[in-house]
Amino acid sequence: MAPTDTSNPAYFHKVVDCQWACPAHTPVPEYIRLIAEGRYTDAYMINWRSNVFPGVLGRTCDRPCEPACRRGRVENEPVAICRLKRVAADNKDDVTARLPQPSPTKNGKRVALIGAGPASMTVARDLLPLGYTCVIYDQDPKAGGMMRTQIPRFRLPDRVLDEECGYILGLKPETRFGHKIESLKAVLDEGYDAVFVGSGAPRGRDLDIPGRTEAAEHIHIGIDWLSNVSFGHITAIGKRVIVLGGGNTAMDCCRTSRRLGGQEVHVVVRSGFEEMKASPWEKDDAMAEGIPIHNYLVPKAFRHEKGKLTGLTFEKVKAEYDDKGRRKLVPTGEPDVTFDCDDVLVAVGQENAFPWIERDLGLEFDRWDMPKVDPETFASTNPKVFFGGDAAFGPKNIIWAVAHGHAAAVSIHLLCSGKDVTKDRPAPHVNLTSQKMGIHEWSYDNDVSLDLRFKVPHAPHEVTLNNVNMEVELGYTRDLGYKEALRCLNCDVETVFEEGLCIECDACVDICPMDSITFTANGEEADLRTRLKAPANNTTQDLYVSDILKTRRVMVKDEDVCLHCGLCAERCPTGAWDMKKFYLETAQATSCSR
Amino acid sequence: MTYIAKPKLHHKAIAVNALGFTHRDYEGRISTLCAGCGHDSISAALIQACFELSIEPHRVAKLSGIGCSSKTPDYFLGQSHGFNSVHGRMPSVLTGANLANRDLIYLGVSGDGDSASIGLGQFAHCLRRGVNMVYICENNGVYGLTKGQFSATADKGSRSKTAVNSDSPIDLVSMALVLGASFVARSFSGDKKQLVPLLKAAIAHRGSAILDVISPCIQFNNNPQSTKSYDYVRAHDEAVNAVDLIEPREEITVDYAPGTVEEVRQHDGSVIRLAKLHPDYDPHDRVAAISYLQERHRAGEIVTGLLYLDPEAKDLHDNLGTTAKAPLNQLGEKDLCPGSKTLEKINARYR
Repeated sequence: MAPTDTSNPAYFHKVVDCQWACPAHTPVPEYIRLIAEGRYTDAYMINWRSNVFPGVLGRTCDRPCEPACRRGRVENEPVAICRLKRVAADNKDDVTARLPQPSPTKNGKRVALIGAGPASMTVARDLLPLGYTCVIYDQDPKAGGMMRTQIPRFRLPDRVLDEECGYILGLKPETRFGHKIESLKAVLDEGYDAVFVGSGAPRGRDLDIPGRTEAAEHIHIGIDWLSNVSFGHITAIGKRVIVLGGGNTAMDCCRTSRRLGGQEVHVVVRSGFEEMKASPWEKDDAMAEGIPIHNYLVPKAFRHEKGKLTGLTFEKVKAEYDDKGRRKLVPTGEPDVTFDCDDVLVAVGQENAFPWIERDLGLEFDRWDMPKVDPETFASTNPKVFFGGDAAFGPKNIIWAVAHGHAAAVSIHLLCSGKDVTKDRPAPHVNLTSQKMGIHEWSYDNDVSLDLRFKVPHAPHEVTLNNVNMEVELGYTRDLGYKEALRCLNCDVETVFEEGLCIECDACVDICPMDSITFTANGEEADLRTRLKAPANNTTQDLYVSDILKTRRVMVKDEDVCLHCGLCAERCPTGAWDMKKFYLETAQATSCSR
Repeated sequence: MTYIAKPKLHHKAIAVNALGFTHRDYEGRISTLCAGCGHDSISAALIQACFELSIEPHRVAKLSGIGCSSKTPDYFLGQSHGFNSVHGRMPSVLTGANLANRDLIYLGVSGDGDSASIGLGQFAHCLRRGVNMVYICENNGVYGLTKGQFSATADKGSRSKTAVNSDSPIDLVSMALVLGASFVARSFSGDKKQLVPLLKAAIAHRGSAILDVISPCIQFNNNPQSTKSYDYVRAHDEAVNAVDLIEPREEITVDYAPGTVEEVRQHDGSVIRLAKLHPDYDPHDRVAAISYLQERHRAGEIVTGLLYLDPEAKDLHDNLGTTAKAPLNQLGEKDLCPGSKTLEKINARYR
């Protein structure tokens, strides 16, 4: 293998699994260390710069970082990154003095933002301090988008959302809330320099099976129903409720039903339990509230009497796989199953809908009737119109919407500055600094904690199930947060090897607790992986390979399960190994003007 | 040294041996030696050898004298027996222990100061008696604990950072050959490929096995003009053979061209496979070995490998012929108190 090029920031970035996996590339280990130090406000601000809604995300994020977390490969469970973010949000001081101020002068550019969800709000936050006039439209009376309409209060209290939306509204955008956009052409005709579409995926899929129209009164579309609950239009539901669907919306529907009078709430999914789209912890939370999940049942017909829903019939199916591994659900031939119920919530998916975009605006749609959007610049084929969040590529999570928003804001700023939105994009800000303080002292805590993942305390069911607004999770206490923070392996403190200094004494090989380091003859990667001190079967993780050493061998380090304990560097007599902190901040609109 | 203990976490997929242990289970406490010390590599090689041999830790006794090398038994086999004795007196304590319990595997860990200076007499006598042990001399040519004065094994003309050695060196390997050791080897801490199989073979050998392991002192004797530095040893290392130990339960399968490989069966049924790297070297000829060592030393080379082996050697118990067959701690009351009639008989012999 060729020697690893560590001057390319992508190499060390990839070692920081959590940050690499995060769409917004939040510097996770850095803020976790700050939490351990009790510097909650600093930890919060690192988050706020990167992901805009730390308090919201600390409760609701889909956590792509956690399956990526190295700790999960080292022992059983990853660091509770998401809930640590909440610790920072819960314990911070007043941050107003540290927030950007509304720009005293305007740059004369006007940007329309359609939808006040996480994507649009991120664009507004990034552009307002630069002097842009941002006009935010939303059909609902308050900012927040799906964070407000689709996430129940018992998972995300209003005050948290209000606070974090408030930081952006404090930058003084123009808001046109309670105003539904009916025509993109009309918006463009107002002479905006750019338009950002962050209107989400607002249409819930329906289920067209017999009895749907006859029993319509007690059959509800999940996201619409959640929205109505959120704004107080719906306050009750029948005693027996069936929720169809296996995603997070279904989990929110069933848990909300339990709080609005549903006593026997069942979730029914077509696929197997394991293949459900809902995050595992959301399934756990639902089941902990006495909600059973039934799988391999395909809805066949709504049963009704005199226009009133009485139940739902399902066909039993099983999964079969063809030669290509594709799954097919085939009937088992067993008798159908019927569930009696008073209400049904349909949460079988949602889709984008752009009936309000005229098709003659130079804005091309693909064969699925989705706008063509560049995945890097978020530009459509109309140079002034950008998309982000669920509106761009279909339903994803808040953190994706935020990442899209940052990238779109960069594009809009480049466009309005007369630059090329593709070629002139700024590079990330990267820093690599030695953490050495003394012979065996580091500026980070390298003594690896052996604690297993701590559980987040919950409020008792007797309280939470009677109040749809009572938050279930109480969050880590400071003490638990401290202990959980110590589980972080500090993967951003990188092992950096300087071959010219190495005397090949084997000290690093002998001390490494994970057997990550090997000195051996060079070879192709597939061959090298078979000759290392410990099995190196995780090909998603890189091998760090040095140049040829004095004995004609190379140093090979498998990054996979390195604990970043720094013992290789402590035992190295010549300083060939050093522990250097890699800090990467993605470029935002403000980086362009530097 | 380091402040933190080595984390207990280990790679989930590392090998386990016949006992279900990983090599991590053979570790000791974290080393307090200087970073990069050759001795730590020898500890790691011992850990690897014991792991590969699936040795039950409680069957091992580690004994040492005084010095950097003699601290190391704390850093490997943390669950084995250990005795840190007086300076240079490891061999006599070990001999006593061996007489009392012949069933244990004895690792005598010493250094060039402990063995070639204050303990030279003890070194000589335990080898000539054939005590069943592995004598490991971690040889760096300096007194590290007292700030790097030359030891008795330092080569004449070898330089440290501050001085030139003018005394003749003691070659422990040549001495061991003269004294009658039945397994004599030399290796280098920076070459685990050679060292680990040699250690395994030495452990399997019955009789006194001596391993002189050159182990650079990073702090005081790793400068370019030293003959015990990493660079010097690598540049002058002449291995006469490559050793492989095949345990009794393993099948012998590999074919070699005739004359290049010799297989030597040991007491315990294991086989030492010697691949010849030097065509004329015969590891069964004690006299030739001595002259070969002298000759190559004069040429400035460091001869390594298994230099002499007598697979039929007798050990101390065989030679005495009067010792108990079982460890003393396993003798029953009847053996220990044979009764007044037996006492009478014994007393009668002296009347």
